[in-house]
Amino acid sequence: MHSALLAIDLFLVIEKLVLIIAIVSISLVIAMYETYAERKVAAFIQDRKGPNRAGPFGILQPLADGLKLFMKEEIIPNTSNRLLFILGPCLAMMAAMMTSAVIPWGGTLNVFGRPVTLQIADINIGILYVFGVVSMGVYGIMIGGWASNNKFSLMAALRGASQVISYELPMGLSLIALLMLTGSLKMSEIVAQQMDGWWNIIYQPLGFFIFLVCAFAECNRTPFDLPEAENELNFGYHQEYSSMKLGFYLFAEYINMFISSVVMATLFFGGYDVPFFNDAAHADWGNWLVALQGAVLLIKVCFFIFLFMWVRWTIPRFRYDQLMNLGWKGLIPLSLFNMVVTAAFVLWKSNGYKF
Amino acid sequence: MQALTNRAKAVDRKPLSLVEKLYVVNIAKGMMITLGHFFKKKATISYPEEKRPFSPVFRGLHILNRDEEGRERCTACGLCALACPAEAITMEAAERLPGEENLYREEKYAAKYEINMLRCIFCGLCEEACPKDAVYLSETFAPSNYQRKGFIYGKQDLLIPSPKENPGEYQKAIGNRKAN
Repeated sequence: MHSALLAIDLFLVIEKLVLIIAIVSISLVIAMYETYAERKVAAFIQDRKGPNRAGPFGILQPLADGLKLFMKEEIIPNTSNRLLFILGPCLAMMAAMMTSAVIPWGGTLNVFGRPVTLQIADINIGILYVFGVVSMGVYGIMIGGWASNNKFSLMAALRGASQVISYELPMGLSLIALLMLTGSLKMSEIVAQQMDGWWNIIYQPLGFFIFLVCAFAECNRTPFDLPEAENELNFGYHQEYSSMKLGFYLFAEYINMFISSVVMATLFFGGYDVPFFNDAAHADWGNWLVALQGAVLLIKVCFFIFLFMWVRWTIPRFRYDQLMNLGWKGLIPLSLFNMVVTAAFVLWKSNGYKF
Repeated sequence: MQALTNRAKAVDRKPLSLVEKLYVVNIAKGMMITLGHFFKKKATISYPEEKRPFSPVFRGLHILNRDEEGRERCTACGLCALACPAEAITMEAAERLPGEENLYREEKYAAKYEINMLRCIFCGLCEEACPKDAVYLSETFAPSNYQRKGFIYGKQDLLIPSPKENPGEYQKAIGNRKAN
């Protein structure tokens, strides 16, 4: 009996290991092509053509960029704290990659008669986990800015930290409203509910909007990219960084963008649910259905990533006081209002629509 | 105070209206504008593959012309060097020897003819000064170079191909200008 348990565990370990490697490499590749897409979108919006020299349509451009970053000289400033200086980009990268563990990427695959769920860890506090890891991302900025021993970097790090913390509050409040509807923190459960019924965006349009704005702020994307405001802080928290350490910071930003797009798609747009299509009725499609679901999730994610870029190349940066005003005086009251209204509705519904 | 021009506009310091304070409406408007640009025709010209046509009066690199029999027209009179405001042109004259009549049109010719393209301002005064129609400015520009000496163009760089020996190249160098 003991050996049988061990055998099952081994398969589970292999399955999860393969999943982890697959998801990590997929998110890295997507982050790579996000840099390409960002440059293309920027170019198209500015009536240019964008990178088109490396390979057909320039699709090898991210590889060339990566190679360039690897070949560059690595400089660690004399006055910096060496350990923290190296830890900063590592932390940023790690926090960005870890979030993908609880996201359901599709239904259940059938691999040689063995059901494989396309989710690394289906923990029952999925959203809390995402939240915790995302807020850890600010340590990358803080440590990097502090360890650089440069006043601009430190200023940027302070700004980044206060911005991320301020915008986490309305994000959490908008999520509370959502969780009151779903009644579960489990990501797979939230998706399953949306597959049977309507997508959560129908019930929570305001909540989604607040979540979207906060996601922009959490990812340090324009219009909230104050930590890296070139024109006032020279480059922000990664000013002293060079070579691939800088690359890690930039990469972490793109991975964050990808992950927050996935979270938005999962929480509000039905995750891997195929729209106008009854997934349950086509269970006989087997693995093809799972592939279709994964592709649909990817399309939703691509749309959100495009939205991130579209906004970035449209809107100028907020001033710092405007940012704080919007966060504390605009979004928090709004999300509180959303929460109270949702709570009232939930109560009303559980009361059988009677007062 | 009297405004300096009639185009002066007072800075509008009105507080934002409610719609403006919400940001959302104006952001949506802006995003529609950028989306419109997304699908617009791009202004870029992919340079080495696609070249912008030059105007026929464009003043580019110099060319030393030949006559219809392939003889050099330049007589090394030095008027172009005299006319040049940037002092980019230097030349040395030599006398035509018997038997060289098929090379040089007149008894005197330029043994050395150099233009420093770093000094040249491409004003075209040499072209205007030339009594023999020997020098004119073409529709190309000086390519980049790693060294200064690469920008001093000698006679072999400037001379047009011979219309007799290499008529194709000659026509290409002439372009849509009137020959001779």
